[in-house]
Amino acid sequence: MTRRITRLDRGGRLIDRARDITFCFDGRRIPAHPGDTLASALLGAGHVLQGRSFKYHRPRGPVAAGAEEPNALVTLGGRARMEPDLRTTTTEAFDGAEARSQNRWPGLGLDLLAINDRLSAFMPAGFYYKTFMAGRSWEKLFEPIIRRSAGLGPAPTEADPDSYEQAYAFADVIIVGGGVAGLAAALEHGRAGARVWVLEQTPHWGGRAVVDAEADGATIDGLAPEAWVKAALAELEALPNVTLRTRMLAAGLHDHAHLIALESVADTTPGADLPRQRLWRMRAGKVIVAAGALERPLSFPGNDRPGVMLASAVRDYIVNWAVSPGKRIVILTNNDDAYRTALVALDAGIAIPAILDLRKTPNGPLVQAVRDRGVRILPGHSIAKVLGSKQVKGIALCRHESRGEAWLERIPCDAVAMSGGWSPTVHLWSHCGGKLAWDTEAAFFAPDPDKPPLGADGKAMAQCVGAAAGALRLDACLASAMSAAPQVETPAEEPIQPVWVTPAEAGPHLRAKMWLDFQNDVKVSDIQLAAREGYQSVEHAKRYTTLGMATDQGKLSNINGLAILSQALDQPIPATGTTTFRPPYTPIGFGAIAGEARGEIFQPLRRTAMDAWHEDQGAHWEPVGQWRRPYCYPGKAEPHSAAIEREVLAVRNSVGMLDASTLGKIIVKGPDAGRFLDMIYTNMMSTLAVGKCRYGLMCSENGFLMDDGVVARLSEDTWLCHTTTGGAEAIHAHMEDWLQCEWWDWKVWTANVTEAYAQVAVAGPNARKVLEALGGVDVSREALPHMSWTAGPLGGFDARIYRISFSGELGFEIAVPTSQGMALWSRLLEAGKAFDIRPYGTEALHVLRAEKGFIMIGDETDGTVIPQDLGLNWALSKKKADFLGKRAHQRSFMASPDRWKLVGLESLDGSVIPECAIAPAPGENANRQRNTQGRITSSYYSPTLKRGIAMGLVHNGPDRMGEEIIFNADGKEVTARIVSPVFYDPKGEKLDV
Amino acid sequence: MRRYSVFAIAREAMRYHEGWERAWPAPTPKPRYDVIVVGAGGHGLATAYYLGKNFGITNVAVIEKGWLGGGNTGRNTTIIRSNYLQDPSSAIYEKARSLYEGLSRDLNYNVMFSPRGLLMLAQTEHEVRGYKRTVNANDLQGIETRWIGPQEVKDLVPMINLHGPRYPVLGALLQERGGTARHDAVAWGYARGCAAMGMHILQNCEVTAIRSENGQVSEVETTRGTIGCKKLAIVVAGHSSVMAEKAGFRLPVESMALQALVSEPIKPMIDVVVMANTVHGYLSQSDKGELVIGGGTDGFVNYSQRGSWQHVEETIRALIETFPPISRLRMLRQWGGIVDMTGDRSPILSKTPVGNIFINCGWGTGGFKAIPGSGWAMAELVANGEPGPLAADFGLERFREGRFIDESVAAGVAH
Ligand SMILES: Cc1cc2nc3c(=O)[nH]c(=O)nc-3n(C[C@H](O)[C@H](O)[C@H](O)COP(=O)(O)OP(=O)(O)OC[C@H]3O[C@@H](n4cnc5c(N)ncnc54)[C@H](O)[C@@H]3O)c2cc1C
Repeated sequence: MTRRITRLDRGGRLIDRARDITFCFDGRRIPAHPGDTLASALLGAGHVLQGRSFKYHRPRGPVAAGAEEPNALVTLGGRARMEPDLRTTTTEAFDGAEARSQNRWPGLGLDLLAINDRLSAFMPAGFYYKTFMAGRSWEKLFEPIIRRSAGLGPAPTEADPDSYEQAYAFADVIIVGGGVAGLAAALEHGRAGARVWVLEQTPHWGGRAVVDAEADGATIDGLAPEAWVKAALAELEALPNVTLRTRMLAAGLHDHAHLIALESVADTTPGADLPRQRLWRMRAGKVIVAAGALERPLSFPGNDRPGVMLASAVRDYIVNWAVSPGKRIVILTNNDDAYRTALVALDAGIAIPAILDLRKTPNGPLVQAVRDRGVRILPGHSIAKVLGSKQVKGIALCRHESRGEAWLERIPCDAVAMSGGWSPTVHLWSHCGGKLAWDTEAAFFAPDPDKPPLGADGKAMAQCVGAAAGALRLDACLASAMSAAPQVETPAEEPIQPVWVTPAEAGPHLRAKMWLDFQNDVKVSDIQLAAREGYQSVEHAKRYTTLGMATDQGKLSNINGLAILSQALDQPIPATGTTTFRPPYTPIGFGAIAGEARGEIFQPLRRTAMDAWHEDQGAHWEPVGQWRRPYCYPGKAEPHSAAIEREVLAVRNSVGMLDASTLGKIIVKGPDAGRFLDMIYTNMMSTLAVGKCRYGLMCSENGFLMDDGVVARLSEDTWLCHTTTGGAEAIHAHMEDWLQCEWWDWKVWTANVTEAYAQVAVAGPNARKVLEALGGVDVSREALPHMSWTAGPLGGFDARIYRISFSGELGFEIAVPTSQGMALWSRLLEAGKAFDIRPYGTEALHVLRAEKGFIMIGDETDGTVIPQDLGLNWALSKKKADFLGKRAHQRSFMASPDRWKLVGLESLDGSVIPECAIAPAPGENANRQRNTQGRITSSYYSPTLKRGIAMGLVHNGPDRMGEEIIFNADGKEVTARIVSPVFYDPKGEKLDV
Repeated sequence: MRRYSVFAIAREAMRYHEGWERAWPAPTPKPRYDVIVVGAGGHGLATAYYLGKNFGITNVAVIEKGWLGGGNTGRNTTIIRSNYLQDPSSAIYEKARSLYEGLSRDLNYNVMFSPRGLLMLAQTEHEVRGYKRTVNANDLQGIETRWIGPQEVKDLVPMINLHGPRYPVLGALLQERGGTARHDAVAWGYARGCAAMGMHILQNCEVTAIRSENGQVSEVETTRGTIGCKKLAIVVAGHSSVMAEKAGFRLPVESMALQALVSEPIKPMIDVVVMANTVHGYLSQSDKGELVIGGGTDGFVNYSQRGSWQHVEETIRALIETFPPISRLRMLRQWGGIVDMTGDRSPILSKTPVGNIFINCGWGTGGFKAIPGSGWAMAELVANGEPGPLAADFGLERFREGRFIDESVAAGVAH
């Protein structure tokens, strides 16, 4: 590779020439200055070749100097900090950075996969839809090959060690873009006292105007734009209502002026103790898009060769970074603006062997100025071929109005600057529905001010100013951004002549060498092929060819592509229209999108007041909803099954205690609370006496059982509803949904107080004795009968005691303020010592309830089960006119007696039937699936009965007691007998003692 | 129709690909067709295709208000699976999946069906039970799925984080012949197949009114004029309730936005499709190298084809937790589609209150995988006027009767 040091001796407004830094590129040390991008430093060190294209692996150099860059992508950093697909043009160089080229094998210079380029005639757009169809050849052979050669950078393999932060901001006006238009708008609104944010994606203010003025000498209020920008910044910085941010990218505009922005905080200091990036969610009264415009490439043969660049990029590299992509630059243009590039190049001592102007008689002041400096200007001329492969070596000259076959001359050069005109950066405007209008004169789509994106109030929520609004000239640009616009001196320009293909009559051979989408290797010929084959909608053409689907999202290619599609279809450009602009404007990192919510705080774990004690006891945890609960408390080396057995037997034989704090607790209060609960629950709750508890069921509107729990009436107008652990938030939301949307005039208030109370279940024949040992409250059978509650200073605690049972044994649940939970737990342990009290976990709880035939939401129910299926008809009030689900239960299929219903099931050999087993029935259905007649919903080993017990839903099950049916699970068969689901204490004698 | 093949490509390469013919013509509407299908998404096109192929009915127009395949068919994350729990669902999804196996050859258009294997992670005991139940059900339904433990999950997806801390991976439901296909190609392949049978695909043609006489459909009003028909199939996904209203009946359907996003392309990172329903995210990698990502629907009714940012954040968080190395990849593009959600999250293939109008909708977040099977069953319904066994359980009457087909049982998110 040729290595020429091309850093210019002077200039470079963005670099600090006094300081040197170095970074690595493919193992080579690259000298740079602070302020360089990777692209500018690489160019400065003579590395034009910076990437390989996606499909054909063609050698590529940067074509742009900013966010629109499609070619120059690298992988930055190593191991856990490795990040693929970064544009060298927007990545700041920093000392010690390590960059690697990608999508090449074995190396950037020699890439064997460039064989694809040789085969490109056989690989036009969409070729893969037409072949690779034999047998399983696609999945077995071709897809794996394509996958390996596609993709760009390498896939990271380690977790990201960096942290990310998220922030919110609210502003009257958010201005996107820190060029002169953005700063003018900021002055306008800042001076008026509005809360203003100005976001600039690069590290620098000023944008295009400061560079262009180097060429054309434009002034603002008599000042060079650079000085004007400095003064504007000084004024803005002094305004307390204005916030200025560089390195902050406005990524997407969403409904209701919700702007997502990404701020780079520590990208250039990996390992620093700072968040790497900060994602902002901003709300604006109005968003002003001052995002400038993007220059368009021209479509000519060989326009993708390393060294062919946008004219503005060449100018940027010279002025901003004092590097030049070449020593002899040929310019190809259809407008006056590219002449600015000639002027700055000449000033920097770079030769301009020729300017090929596609127009017939260019003659504006800028053209004149260049001509005056003796440059050869060739109107009506174009490029027939770019010579050189990994670096431009020259061009073959031809007439624009020709087939490009007659070479008039070879002009040696090492770079080509091209300009096909400009397109306003309308992305943010369009993200949320802003419409565009085609400007025939200027040949671009500009925002249609009459069809802006609308905010919640139906008014415009965004506005474009400056070049983003289509005001390319400096005077118009500032006038669009400010009411009292400053005085601007800038040279006049002649109109652009839209040219979409040059040479104009190029045949198919040359059109197959004109790149539109550089990264994805989409050429003029591909778009024409799409049109020929009927992929005529702009979306079809895009998808068929992959135009605009690369990492630059078509910033350079879309307009050119749709112009060519329009030509192919012989229709005006507006009839073709654009594809939809999707956020983000440029890609933003997943890490920042996730923000802080990772690892431990991804979904913060909810812990009860007794959590630390459980941990100390070696509890095995089970996640339940967002909580963790002890599944069981195994002793050292004790298998879980043994621990569960021990815990179950403790409850059955003496007494056990369970941390029940996670159960949902919702207070429902108000004059209409009873009426409300009568609608929410299937049973009657309004008639529950104060001091009493009732087990209640909740159904969805469609009649399916959604949750259950004990409801206690606390006072005349207050009920406390217990829900399942996982259901608390959903049930609370469900209640609020009905209250807010349907019964908004009922006087009912709800509060989810789940976390306010710690709750301990004490269960077993000796449960009462434990409570009595604490003293302070009469918990006798008479004073506190089954299904009632009382409050009092139990053992000195401010306690509410519910006499309820989920185990079938004598049971109490004691609720105290969460802060006292651990103290209560310890006292109960202490008091229970005499009875060998044992903590038990969720699994013992499940076994205990299954022995007793109690259903469990989520086991016996799955969203398709109605209370009637579970033999819970007793809980469906017949007195109430209505409740949620009542009407649904009258639907024919639900009212049918012919359903799968809850039964107990016992394997003949006493073994535990596999959970989730299904019972086939004879025959097949019309779709040739085996018929079925039942399934297991819960299955456990019962320590009490010393055998397997199960519950299940079986077709007409309750009518088939004693029948034997076969279940299938994991390919095995188990025969089970249908029995009552209540395996333990069917008369309920243990409960009511 | 000239056949596509490697030889055809070689021949065309010699003449700069100037000789390819149109994949589908752009005809002028006829005054009348035997069958009009409204909606040129995958389901509408497949309906037309199988009407021709299986029933010889070819005097058919498929009417599309925009560009064919531009609805959810061109916006989805292309997951294909048939590991459904309920019998009627697994029957139609498996029919679809098995048709996908041979679809490229049938259509002579490579739809890139890639049965790379699909995993649904179980991250709570509850999910473990749900998926084990599905495996047992699938076994009786004749669908190959199996339960695999965490180590096998890790072998299939080396970048996965099995250990939480929040939700450890306890195992997964694996369907080895589940996977993905190229969504656009499915629409284009069917469209080309329809056109080859002489059917008309009328794009940029919006149906604005539906007329009937004596309770029988007679014609539709469109932006390209009035077109008569003997039978009408409405297959418009997110806009089903709008169309039903035009025909004079109501549907138990809500339309909401479902979002998806892709990363920038990278070299192969994951070879299978993984769905993590506890945390609400799923992920696969396209042949281009982009990670294709989706999550749950937005919780509000909406037609805007944009979604809420909050959902994007939640989905990404869920996936970084599950696949930590993706943190330093970047989101390239995000979009939304309007999905048609029924009360039981299962589709509707049904006769309607209007004679000879048939509706196919309600595929919601998961109908890409169903396209061939749905088209097959819908063609049968339209041709015979009565549903065959595949569609029988998906009639509108099930909502009146309470005969729901609820799939949320086994999976929180149903893609
Ligand atoms: C983000 C996202 C991700 C998804 N991921 C998956 C996935 O991974 N796997 C999966 O199986 N499914 C997925 N789906 C669902 C799947 O995309 C849809 O179920 C399926 O594509 C629906 O196809 P369709 O043909 O019914 O509808 P569509 O493709 O939406 O087609 C309906 C057509 O009707 C047209 N139309 C509407 N009104 C009219 C009118 N008045 N006149 C004429 N034409 C009209 C529309 O323009 C549209 O083209 C996803 C969906 C989305 C949005």
